[in-house]
Amino acid sequence: MMNRRDVLRGVSAATLGAGVLPFLKALPAAAAAGDTLVVVTGTTINSLDLHRTGTNRPSYQVAVNCYDRLLTFGTKTMPDGTLAYDYDTLKPELAESWEVAPDGMSVVFHLRANATFWDGTPVTAEDVKWSLDRAVTVGGFPTTQMQAGGLTEPGQFEAVDDKTVRIRFHRPSKLTLPDLAVPVPFIINSKVARANATADDPWAMEYLHRNPAGSGAFRVERWDPGQQLVYVRNDGWTGGPLPGVKRVIIREIPSQATRRALVERGDIHLSYDIPAKDARELAAGGKVPVVGTPVENCLNVLCPNLSFEPFRDKRVRQAIAWAIPYEDIFRNAGYGRGAPMWGGAASSDSIAWPQPSPYTTDYDKAKALLSETAFAGGFEVPLSFDLGTAEWGEPTALLIQEGLAKIGIRTTIDKIPGANWRTVALVEKKLPLHLENFGGWLNTPDYYFYWAYVKGNLFNSSNYDDDEMMKLVDETLHMRMDDPAYAPKIRRMITKAFDDVPRIPLWQPSFEVAMRPDVAGYQFWFHRVPDVRTLGFRQA
Amino acid sequence: MTVPPKVRLAGRRLLQAVPALLGIIIITFLLTRALPGDPAVYFAGPAADAASIAEIRHRLGLDRSLPEQFLTYVGDLATGNLGTSISTGQPVLQEIITRLPASLELTLAALLIAVGVAVPLGVLAATRPDGWVDHACRFVVTAGVSLPTFFTGLALVYVFYYLAGWAPAPMGRLDIISLPPEHVTGFYLIDALLAGDVAVARSVLAHLALPALTLALFTLAPIARMTRAAMLQALGSEFIRTARAAGLSRRRILIVYALRNALLPVVTTLGMVFSFALGANVLVEKVFAWPGIGSYAVEALVVSDYAAVQGFVLTMALLFVLLNLVIDLTYTLIDPRLGLEE
Repeated sequence: MMNRRDVLRGVSAATLGAGVLPFLKALPAAAAAGDTLVVVTGTTINSLDLHRTGTNRPSYQVAVNCYDRLLTFGTKTMPDGTLAYDYDTLKPELAESWEVAPDGMSVVFHLRANATFWDGTPVTAEDVKWSLDRAVTVGGFPTTQMQAGGLTEPGQFEAVDDKTVRIRFHRPSKLTLPDLAVPVPFIINSKVARANATADDPWAMEYLHRNPAGSGAFRVERWDPGQQLVYVRNDGWTGGPLPGVKRVIIREIPSQATRRALVERGDIHLSYDIPAKDARELAAGGKVPVVGTPVENCLNVLCPNLSFEPFRDKRVRQAIAWAIPYEDIFRNAGYGRGAPMWGGAASSDSIAWPQPSPYTTDYDKAKALLSETAFAGGFEVPLSFDLGTAEWGEPTALLIQEGLAKIGIRTTIDKIPGANWRTVALVEKKLPLHLENFGGWLNTPDYYFYWAYVKGNLFNSSNYDDDEMMKLVDETLHMRMDDPAYAPKIRRMITKAFDDVPRIPLWQPSFEVAMRPDVAGYQFWFHRVPDVRTLGFRQA
Repeated sequence: MTVPPKVRLAGRRLLQAVPALLGIIIITFLLTRALPGDPAVYFAGPAADAASIAEIRHRLGLDRSLPEQFLTYVGDLATGNLGTSISTGQPVLQEIITRLPASLELTLAALLIAVGVAVPLGVLAATRPDGWVDHACRFVVTAGVSLPTFFTGLALVYVFYYLAGWAPAPMGRLDIISLPPEHVTGFYLIDALLAGDVAVARSVLAHLALPALTLALFTLAPIARMTRAAMLQALGSEFIRTARAAGLSRRRILIVYALRNALLPVVTTLGMVFSFALGANVLVEKVFAWPGIGSYAVEALVVSDYAAVQGFVLTMALLFVLLNLVIDLTYTLIDPRLGLEE
């Protein structure tokens, strides 16, 4: 027999309180109950519509969790047994199959017959066309990201019949299909959106900003801007395996120390994007499982800006690359999480990117190189970093300052506030020496080089301008990776990048997540926002 | 028809505030534009090119001349529209209505604790200068002022939540399973009690305890110091000597004669403390994930979110006009000789 006291002992007072209250008074589950999962982040969600102007990165998770795309990426197991998305495998999400035309100039998608939006209406080719039209038309980031895949105008999208969509290409590109699996081209319920559109706002930006209308695995049950977002499972989801939990609460906790206390005490289930320092300490403690995944196609680099005199000389840049205390930086700024990116082979056959540069810490070599130049006596230069990335930027800058001082280069450290950073570093490109950490969503070397080594492109904050590099990027960007010409060209690109060193690789950062031991299914994604669809509880 | 003097005072004060508010509107407008950083670039997001930045600049109305932008802004203000914050995507007015009560609830609770502790402490310290109470008072005051609020906050979290487990998880105003009470005043404690929901009220109180205590520790010092000094002065004055000579009870002398006369500077200090407590809120809000107005303003400032910053400054200005008015009216209650000059 079980008496009342036993029942009470098993259930926390909070759960009990919630159980007896009507639904609108309280969410019917505590963190302890088996069907609700609580995730904390330090960032704030500012919109439920990724396409809107001003939507910040953390908000992309709504596009991931509440909407479907035609395609998604597969899953792979990392060497340490953790899970990550797999760039090389495309999987169906809304489309159950697709065929590329024999001439390679178009692709046809067949939508799942039973796919429905949350309001029960079927997902049609018309919805797909409307949504893709929207992504290429609204401007700003979504349109730029679509362009990366060669998708630039509504004319490319055609609803063949109710369940068939054709997408035409301007040119065949290996980036087009993966670009359809990134968060941007999500499929919206166009009937609902159109009903809420106005003449001034034909794409229903105002409406969808607060009211998502999709077919995805979760619906938004509640959004308190600046506080929390509550997802509730869409039991009719057809885009993939049904999520293991009924409800996920994304709670915004600005203070990192508070987030850490919460996950250590086990009051929340998962703390997303924790600093490397906490990752190392929690992993060493052994009580809180930590998953760290090297961020694909991403590097923390030091950029000497070629618009400034001392750095026009290649030998000065190389001298700097030999005068960086890589090991100390990796240990003290990166806390040993991620992957070292120095001390590689002098000439590498690999076309993997990122890969270690041939540089190591060799002050004699650095001095010798510098003495060949007009700046043998050293010079003075400000070293800037983004205050928003101060966690690793500050210790890294200090160690670089120390290293460069040994070869006579005197640096003053200049911290730049986040709102300013983008303007001065990336748009105006006027920082002589600075830290940068671009990571490309589409995981191919040419894509990274396109953004970071081509003149005028946003992340080429070094103002690197080289005809051969430009030509190589242009040739490889859309080329199939199994094309015999591809690997030699990429090898040449990498060799050249290491010889010219407009960007000096420091290390490949790692993306860290801490969770309670009973949480299962966490998977790393290139977009670095929580995909809660795979999360669940470990079966006891 | 005669207008009661207090109403007249209030009316006059409010009228006097108008030019100040106009000045604030102009200055915040110009200051936000003078901020470094370009909101169009920031909000164009990652991987933006020149065309999309220009497009966004146009959409935000930032490609127009400053006078033009100002006229639009004033026109919107006249209709009660504070604009839409681009960083949070919400109307600024809406954000302020939901967030200001959170900050005020926290600040007022902290002041209540601070006054409850600091005034008796100051009075006792003044009655026995250099006694142990006085030394204790000095210690509390020094500690309160010298410990930064985020440190006190984190220390309290560490002891009462992480180690002891007495305090609820520092995750805002309520625990995860509770939904906020129906919005009446925006003060959760009052709203929950109005709704008759004791469980939520208790949860609100539990969540309020640590952040309010943190802020109270910080605001305690000036109040205690000021009470002590004012009491010392009052106790040393001639009317107290006369009262003592007349054989009045100790308690009556202390409370009715000395304290009432000492209260005036204390209330003035209270007004000042309230304003800097609202400022100090920011750090406490960060530590306890408190959805208040301070953290909102700081984030808006960081990303050059013009509408939000302007709305915040304007709200604060209005708040201070009201606060000063309340303090002036309180003066006249404490000391009828003051304030109602014809």
